[in-house]
Amino acid sequence: MKGRIHSMDTFGTVDGPGIRFVLFMQGCALQCQFCHNPDTWDTKGGRQVTVEEILREIEPYVPYYKSSGGGITVTGGEPTLQAPFVAQLFKACKERFGLHTALDSSGFCEPSHAGELMRYTDLVLLDLKQLNNEKHERLTSQPNDRILKFAAWLSAMGKPVWIRHVLIPGITDQAGDLTLLGEFIGHLRNVEKIELLPYHRMGVYKWQQLGHPYPLDGVPTPTEREVERARELIEAARRVTASRP
Amino acid sequence: MAMKESEVKDRAGFEEAWREFAGGSWQKNMDVNSFIGRNLTPYEGDEQFLAPPTANTLELWKQVSRLLKEERERGGVHDVDVNTVSTITSHAPGYIDQDKETIVGLQTDAPLKRAVQPFGGIRMVADACNAYGYQLNPELERIFTDLRKTHNQGVFDAYTSEMRAARKAGIITGLPDAYGRGRIIGDYRRVALYGVDRLIQGKKEELLQLEVDAMSEEVIRLREELSEQIRSLGELKAMAASYGHDISKPAMNAKEAVQWLYFAYLAAIKEQNGAAMSLGRVSSFLDIYIERDLAEGTLTESLAQEIVDHFVMKLRIVKFLRTPDYNELFSGDPTWVTESVGGMGLDGKTRVTRNSFRFLHTLYNLGPAPEPNLTVLWSAQLPENFKKFCAKVSAETSSIQYENDDLMRPHFGDDYGIACCVSAMRIGKQMQFFGARANLAKALLYAVNGGVDEKSGAQVGPAIAPITSEVLDYEEVKAKFDVIQDWLAKLYINTLNVIHYMHDKYCYERIEMALHDRDIVRTMACGIAGLSVVADSLSAIRYAKVRPIRNEKGIAIDFEIEGEYPQYGNNDDRVDQLAVELAEGFMNRLRKHKTYRGAIPTMSVLTITSNVVYGKKTGSTPDGRKAGQPFAPGANPMHGRDRKGALASLASVAKIPYEHSLDGISNTFSIIPKALGKEDAARHSNLAALLDGYTASGGHHLNVNVFNREQLLDAMEHPENYPQLTIRVSGYAVNFIKLTREQQLDVISRTFHGEI
Repeated sequence: MKGRIHSMDTFGTVDGPGIRFVLFMQGCALQCQFCHNPDTWDTKGGRQVTVEEILREIEPYVPYYKSSGGGITVTGGEPTLQAPFVAQLFKACKERFGLHTALDSSGFCEPSHAGELMRYTDLVLLDLKQLNNEKHERLTSQPNDRILKFAAWLSAMGKPVWIRHVLIPGITDQAGDLTLLGEFIGHLRNVEKIELLPYHRMGVYKWQQLGHPYPLDGVPTPTEREVERARELIEAARRVTASRP
Repeated sequence: MAMKESEVKDRAGFEEAWREFAGGSWQKNMDVNSFIGRNLTPYEGDEQFLAPPTANTLELWKQVSRLLKEERERGGVHDVDVNTVSTITSHAPGYIDQDKETIVGLQTDAPLKRAVQPFGGIRMVADACNAYGYQLNPELERIFTDLRKTHNQGVFDAYTSEMRAARKAGIITGLPDAYGRGRIIGDYRRVALYGVDRLIQGKKEELLQLEVDAMSEEVIRLREELSEQIRSLGELKAMAASYGHDISKPAMNAKEAVQWLYFAYLAAIKEQNGAAMSLGRVSSFLDIYIERDLAEGTLTESLAQEIVDHFVMKLRIVKFLRTPDYNELFSGDPTWVTESVGGMGLDGKTRVTRNSFRFLHTLYNLGPAPEPNLTVLWSAQLPENFKKFCAKVSAETSSIQYENDDLMRPHFGDDYGIACCVSAMRIGKQMQFFGARANLAKALLYAVNGGVDEKSGAQVGPAIAPITSEVLDYEEVKAKFDVIQDWLAKLYINTLNVIHYMHDKYCYERIEMALHDRDIVRTMACGIAGLSVVADSLSAIRYAKVRPIRNEKGIAIDFEIEGEYPQYGNNDDRVDQLAVELAEGFMNRLRKHKTYRGAIPTMSVLTITSNVVYGKKTGSTPDGRKAGQPFAPGANPMHGRDRKGALASLASVAKIPYEHSLDGISNTFSIIPKALGKEDAARHSNLAALLDGYTASGGHHLNVNVFNREQLLDAMEHPENYPQLTIRVSGYAVNFIKLTREQQLDVISRTFHGEI
């Protein structure tokens, strides 16, 4: 079986715990306006590789990943689009190297499609982009119901999850939306961590290279205070919800 | 230089100076390492014990900062004493603020006033004076032109026409033929432990042993050198006495130990303006004195830190008079006051002490700085607390470099120090003849162009047949490159032989060698530049199609590449092995040649900041690098070509074999803070894990920079806001704002790991 990948980074430290091998899959069903890797969208781009080839890339650095409490993270693109390939890769990483495995996903995936993959996944980094469905569709080109269903499914199976939310001033940072997000998280039983990722503009040049107009032109990156405020809103709503019987 | 038991007892001072110390062979023989081994208190704890700066320290540093600012405003030089030839005793005592200084002694009678040191070459001194708006006393110029020959003149008397041509073309550059060669570390600790009188006595005994049957050239030279050493030790005592200290006897306490040791180092830098004037490995040695004082209740942690802070302050203001074109090569006024911190003992105990922490802590008490060049000897066995502290200091100051103790210890034992950037040597037992570097990228172009220089069109190398094919053939290029390398290695060693013969003759390091054993190991420290350029070029020729574009004289001035080729820095053996073969191959060529004074040839892969100048002097290369563009520094992959992340990049560099590059393999690693992790604790543990992994895989040296590109761009625009912004370049650190604009841009254009 072959997978279609965009690139890899041998030293990832921001997508899961410890030092990690980060594999960027090619292809995504969403088209988020803030995406910093729009070059990974096209499902026909990138290059095809076998699981064995990826394992060879990982092997030299396994001591770094293990000694730092790290592992492998597969991101993208949207890795669940190639769930069978990723499942095989994770399975092999566990069997051969004993590595911790993390899946960085938008959650835009039917649970039935990801069952096998979850068997070999230790941690899901789940991006909840916008709880307001209308705004979600505007932001990502798709509604969020499938994503929320996926999140609930993970919760039901008790799969450890880190929720990630990209904070975009004026777009994903309204108090009401953040409260909704906090409430939704409050219903989940498997959330180990909430990561607020301040929107950054480092991917803008890629939009230019691809010849796409950048939809968020003029949107600033949030200040530390804005991030703190958002965190408080989410945590407050989460606490209230979680404390209800 | 053995002493009789009775002598040891009888000598006033020794018993008291050595009170509480565990005795041993070090008392009879001059053996500082045995003293350290018997008396060191390893420290496994964390940094919580460290003390903030005292009021005196803050006030003194304020004054020094003001002076440094004035120096920058005056164009880089605060003042020059144009009338006095610098010797150990040439200048009256100088102070920053005498009442506040715990440790005293300056190179001249005022801080930052630079001295004239003409024994290496008068031309450089006169030019440097002119460049900064001073006029060298004409009488001095006359003396050192007409009456007293310099090293520089000696070298040019003996250089062959081929050597001159190679030097001019820049295929061999950075040679120490116009100033002091440096990279010799006196064992300055001996002065503290034994006192100068004992050292003089030892040297006199050595001289006596040399009353032999056959007065060969070697014996005559050594007798003259020993006599000079003895004289210099006398001058050292006199210089210390002018500051009110009698250092004929050993140091009685920690403050004296630091002061005695510093006087010895000060004597060295007053006498020599060597390219690198490194300190050695003093911090843990001094810890033994501090521990004793703390136990005796005569010192507090705060005062111990004050002594270290004041000592380090002195090391930060070591200055030499250099010409601007020297700064173009080695920018930012570096002096390489390298101090080696930490490491492991051969007995399995760590050599990390509380004083290792105190030295690193100066980067907080006084703020970040490029000097002293703090070098952590990293081992997998270092205490975890120390590893974490180092990572924290790196993440917050970008001011330290790391070298692999587990790799060096088997070669150099447990009492070696780093000279300059990456050159290990046993302290007091080994020295090197510094040899700068040969430009292998240019050598590759000579192979293509029949020994003709691609910039000047002159026939510099051997006149072999140039390559005339439309597409470069790997086997043909390799065969011709072999011929050029054979020629270059021979010429290079011969050139160094000339330089070091003359340096010994006209600019001998009297005081530094007085702090060595009589019989020492010498290495001929060669170096190469352009490793990654050549590896990638050979890879391109082998795996892609490379077409030379020739000018009307048939010289290849550019190259067209068709197709992809594996690039060094991605842990791809197809190209990494080309780099390995290059290093090993050139080293084996160097080994074939006879060296001055039987020195053992060694090699470094190190450019310092000269990768920019080398690039300027080298035409377009078959890897796609355009004429004039900088090389990657040291053994680094070329900018932007390492595309698989930091670990793959480090893995490629770690393959360069240390046994064939015993003078060091430099790698400079820059990463944005965010890419090390999200929280401080994670950043520090990730960085420590990265260092553990790199050393375990056989990597030799790593400069660690942690900052954002935006910060550097801002510092270029507003230097006044960044007086202490320190960054690591190949093998040393600089104030970023003191780099030339070209070098600043080079630093900014390099790979920053973690940028999306």
